[in-house]
Amino acid sequence: MNRFWSWAALAFGLLYFILPLWGMVMFSLKMRRGVLSLDAYAKVLGDEQFQATFSYSTIMALFTIAFGVLLVVPTAYWVRLKLPGLRPFIEFVTLLPLVIPAIVIVFGYIRLYNTSSWLPLTGSTMGTNILLMFGYATLSLPYMYRAVDTGLRTIDVATLTEAAQSLGAGWITIMTRVILPNVLVAVLSGAFLTFAIVIGEFTMAALLNRPAFGPYLQVLGANRAYEPAALAVVSFAITWVCMGLIQLFTHFSKHTKAAR
Amino acid sequence: MAFLDIEHLEKSFGQTKVVKDFNLNIDKGEFVSLLGPSGCGKTTVLRMVAGFETPSSGDIRIDGRDVVDLRPNQRNIGMMFQAYALFPNLTVAQNVGFGLRVAGVAKSEAAERISEMLDLIGLPDLGARYPFQLSGGQQQRVALARALAVRPRVLLLDEPLSALDAKIRVSLREEMRAIQRRLGITTIFVTHDQEEALSMSDRVVVMHQGIAEQCGTPFEVYNRPATRFVANFVGTLNTFEADVTDGASGRVRVAGHDLTLGRALPAGRVTLAARPEMISLGAHPGRETSLTGRIIDVHFLGSVIRLRAEVGGATLAFDTFNDTDVPPPKVGEDVTLSVAARDLLVIGQ
Ligand SMILES: Nc1ncnc2c1ncn2[C@@H]1O[C@H](COP(=O)(O)OP(=O)(O)O)[C@@H](O)[C@H]1O
Ligand SMILES: [Mg+2]
Repeated sequence: MNRFWSWAALAFGLLYFILPLWGMVMFSLKMRRGVLSLDAYAKVLGDEQFQATFSYSTIMALFTIAFGVLLVVPTAYWVRLKLPGLRPFIEFVTLLPLVIPAIVIVFGYIRLYNTSSWLPLTGSTMGTNILLMFGYATLSLPYMYRAVDTGLRTIDVATLTEAAQSLGAGWITIMTRVILPNVLVAVLSGAFLTFAIVIGEFTMAALLNRPAFGPYLQVLGANRAYEPAALAVVSFAITWVCMGLIQLFTHFSKHTKAAR
Repeated sequence: MAFLDIEHLEKSFGQTKVVKDFNLNIDKGEFVSLLGPSGCGKTTVLRMVAGFETPSSGDIRIDGRDVVDLRPNQRNIGMMFQAYALFPNLTVAQNVGFGLRVAGVAKSEAAERISEMLDLIGLPDLGARYPFQLSGGQQQRVALARALAVRPRVLLLDEPLSALDAKIRVSLREEMRAIQRRLGITTIFVTHDQEEALSMSDRVVVMHQGIAEQCGTPFEVYNRPATRFVANFVGTLNTFEADVTDGASGRVRVAGHDLTLGRALPAGRVTLAARPEMISLGAHPGRETSLTGRIIDVHFLGSVIRLRAEVGGATLAFDTFNDTDVPPPKVGEDVTLSVAARDLLVIGQ
């Protein structure tokens, strides 16, 4: 009897999740009257706007990931190694982006870094791009930090550091040959999450007026019928590929299967 | 001047002084153990030598050169930890070669040294394995090879055997000592296991609450403990309170027996102590004092039988060798024990 209800709950959940998806996929295939076709996809993928915004967001995502890794890995490492007492505090700080809406953050940015401020980042395209990247890094911080911190938990950071030091290694060698390789899977999962966030982000890009994929999605959605559905399916596919890659990397990293 | 000199070394964490006026001079090639209960400051001393902690005061010199201001990666000191210190992302060979790579040793030379090290630890075929594919004992061998590969001036071992099974612990300690002898490397070994310290070391430093209470050969530390703590911590000890009846000639009264120790004693009460092997069951040539008691415990340990008897209200532990023709006494049996009064230790406070 219990079993029945578990299965029922599962089925309900799956339906709740799959039906809208199914509907969206079907709708996206119905651009040509009466038959199922990939017309909407062809149209969207062939759209110059799509290509421009999507590459812009991809590049932004790559920079965000690079910045996030450079910021988070040494920080999480240092906190674990030298300031373990600060961990709850740092954890709290990294969670803040989840409770502070992106719109608040971006308004803060605009106020702080507008053209009449001490650091007029919004005054140039490059400056605004950099500001947007910082914004993205903030949004992805909770995921990146947690992923890396969890990765660090699987190794004995202090002992490995000291072992490397006693063998003559300096900080750069320790970071690049000992710490980073051992949290690489965690870093990658953080990176894919960051990628998914950046590709779909709307608020910050729209308010900073940058030609990102999120605002494009919104404009398209407001003006077209079939293409937004196709685009949504594409976005979903991207996210799922990211998730799949995380799984794949976790599976194929040979040394992390360590049975401790 | 010895090879490694530690002088007036002190370390405080906040208000607590965990190492107090620690002095130790180690000759080149010597194997010295720091022995003491958990929390007595052994690791802290070792970490100061390695450079992971900065001394509050005092000097550490290697080969006449002060190393206190050198960073850990500049000291050329090999270190081996309790466990989990191998780099999990590197193979055994890469682990052993880590220090060589850092030092910029040429590939061919490094490969040669790595295989030499793997031969030394008896694992010549495991170079391609990852640490998680090794047993605990194998991991510690690899850790030793990794520490030795860079030819350090000093080797520091922080309880490297304590996470291993008893059997492996014994075989590995013999092997490690043999390797240490072969390479002639100056070594400090930290342990809380007195058997380990006594069996492996040239000299043992017994530590208690941050103080080195005694430093000497295993024979000296065991047979002539300098303090009550050392006497109790190293080996099993029977202690009795005794009233000194004649200080000059060393006569005392213990549990109704008059004994002559044959050495001057302070007036008043003293604590006497005897190792289990100083007491024999039945009469024994040279052990003139006899005591009567009743067996309360028999532990058959193999070649040795550890017995406990109640004698005049006190409990005495003593050993006899296993003898195939003579079964050990049973619990409740009345026995006569003999001891040589001049063997008894007089314990300072
Ligand atoms: N980093 C530290 N901060 C504060 N106290 C410490 C630190 N390291 C060690 N201690 C304290 O110093 C004492 C000695 O520790 P340790 O040298 O590790 O002892 P042992 O190795 O003999 O077990 C212990 O009471 C321990 O709690
Ligand atoms: Mg310790």
